[in-house]
Amino acid sequence: MLLTDFIIFVLSLWVGFEVISKVPATLHTPLMSAANAIHGIVLAGAMLVVAQSNNVAGYIIGFVAMVFAGMNVVGGYAVTERMLKMFKRRPAPAADPSANGKASA
Amino acid sequence: MTGTFNTIIQLIYLAAASCFVLGLHLMNTPATARRGNQVSTAGMVAAIAATFALVIHDNLISVTGWIVLLAGGLIGAGIGLYMARSVKMTAMPQLVSVFNAVGGGAAALVAVSDYMSAGSHIAAATSITTLLDVIIGSVTFSGSVIAAGKLQGLITSAPVSFPGARVVNVLLAAVAVGVGIYIIVSPSMIGLIVVIIAALVFGISMVMPIGGADMPVVISLLNAFTGTAVAMAGFVINNTGLIIAGALVGASGGILTKLMADAMNRSIGNIMLGGFGSGDTAAAVVGAEGASVQSIAADDAAIQLAYASKVIIVPGYGLAAAQAQHEVAALADLLESRGVDVSYAIHPVAGRMPGHMNVLLAEANVPYPLLKEMDEVNPEFARTDVALVIGANDVTNPAARRPGTAISGMPILDVDAAKSVIVIKRSMGHGYAGIDNELYTNPKTSMFFADAKKGLAQLAASVKTLVG
Repeated sequence: MLLTDFIIFVLSLWVGFEVISKVPATLHTPLMSAANAIHGIVLAGAMLVVAQSNNVAGYIIGFVAMVFAGMNVVGGYAVTERMLKMFKRRPAPAADPSANGKASA
Repeated sequence: MTGTFNTIIQLIYLAAASCFVLGLHLMNTPATARRGNQVSTAGMVAAIAATFALVIHDNLISVTGWIVLLAGGLIGAGIGLYMARSVKMTAMPQLVSVFNAVGGGAAALVAVSDYMSAGSHIAAATSITTLLDVIIGSVTFSGSVIAAGKLQGLITSAPVSFPGARVVNVLLAAVAVGVGIYIIVSPSMIGLIVVIIAALVFGISMVMPIGGADMPVVISLLNAFTGTAVAMAGFVINNTGLIIAGALVGASGGILTKLMADAMNRSIGNIMLGGFGSGDTAAAVVGAEGASVQSIAADDAAIQLAYASKVIIVPGYGLAAAQAQHEVAALADLLESRGVDVSYAIHPVAGRMPGHMNVLLAEANVPYPLLKEMDEVNPEFARTDVALVIGANDVTNPAARRPGTAISGMPILDVDAAKSVIVIKRSMGHGYAGIDNELYTNPKTSMFFADAKKGLAQLAASVKTLVG
């Protein structure tokens, strides 16, 4: 079991290196944020250990793990989406002085 | 029946992992990046839904367990959503650090919880991965909290160190590893708690001595740690979804760490030992060499810019610190409307995290095709009339091309190849490397002494009034 897991781990690392080395520098912040969101899958782990818990200490640890992981996964995807929405090839309305001077704070 | 059910769950995890890979792949161009994030989100939703199904199917969870699971998840989701919606783009590095912290923390807690449930009959193989998860996760948690504090200005960004700090770090590492080996042999909850405390303190003492300028490397490294911790959590609870996702993030963080370290021409070990990226050395004004520097008034600089045919803007950390991205975009718009060819040269370590400057400029509505990477833009400086350097220092210093200086070998932007150079800077202070910038004494260079935000606004106003 451990060996199989290890094989999966190492191969995934190589896939990661291969895919991510093609991401341009322009997108490195959204990339890191997207990667951040992906490690939010720890939420699945938190859910599974809470399901096994049967005492107060276990519930407290599980609760904190759920809060942390929930923050991670939801916040990670939401902020990545927010950032990527800003990347525009040519923002037509902003260049036009008649449009409202939308300087988002 | 149970066999079939588990197979289906595993296949959903596989589909989710494929979505993560595809999502990251789609991030190789800005045009497809958003779709990539949506594909990745879909994979995550599927993985979480499958886990819900698994929890329900196993039917081991108590009512209290359900309350803990749902309440914790919803509270966390609410906090995460609020932070994601309200964060300012200049504060992105802090937010990423916070998500690193909670991700690493959650991974460590998963292992702790599993350890408690397993009790004394835990296999040695599981103990090893549990320990790795707990150690890496705890170091990531406390280290990322400190990094976020430094970025937010709650903790001084200057390197904090004391005599014997290195000895303390070695001792902490020794305690974590030593006690760790002991509890592999004879499992003990107290032992695990000792390991956690040692790892948490180690995380703090690891990041405290690192200066503000090195933050892009530190964040990337902690990102890699978080991914690894999550993968270890996957080993502990034998979940391939966590292993694959964690490994992808570990690879991503690893690559970015290497790129950032290369862009500063420093080894990762050298950065982690700290001391070099000392916070703000700008106070050190060099009066003696001031004579050979020529300064320029806003009006003259504005005329140069307005009558240029090609301008390259070189934004650096100082621009981000002054939050002047909207002012620079406004000036660029004004010049473009006069027919000037404007683009931006972005050094890999501009800003406080990898790619940070690009996000700040995108927020100010700068179209991404204008944002040029170092290798792409360097040949263009020779054809440039004016290079406008704003808050960038060491990354423009020609001294890096010669051996024997603090920044020798560091890849730089070839700003000095431009026909003329205007530098907006508050004073003649040094950059992080603490050495004189030879660009400033170049006869082609004019210094416009001003705060980035005010200076850019002045330039834009002058362009408007002088050349309409």
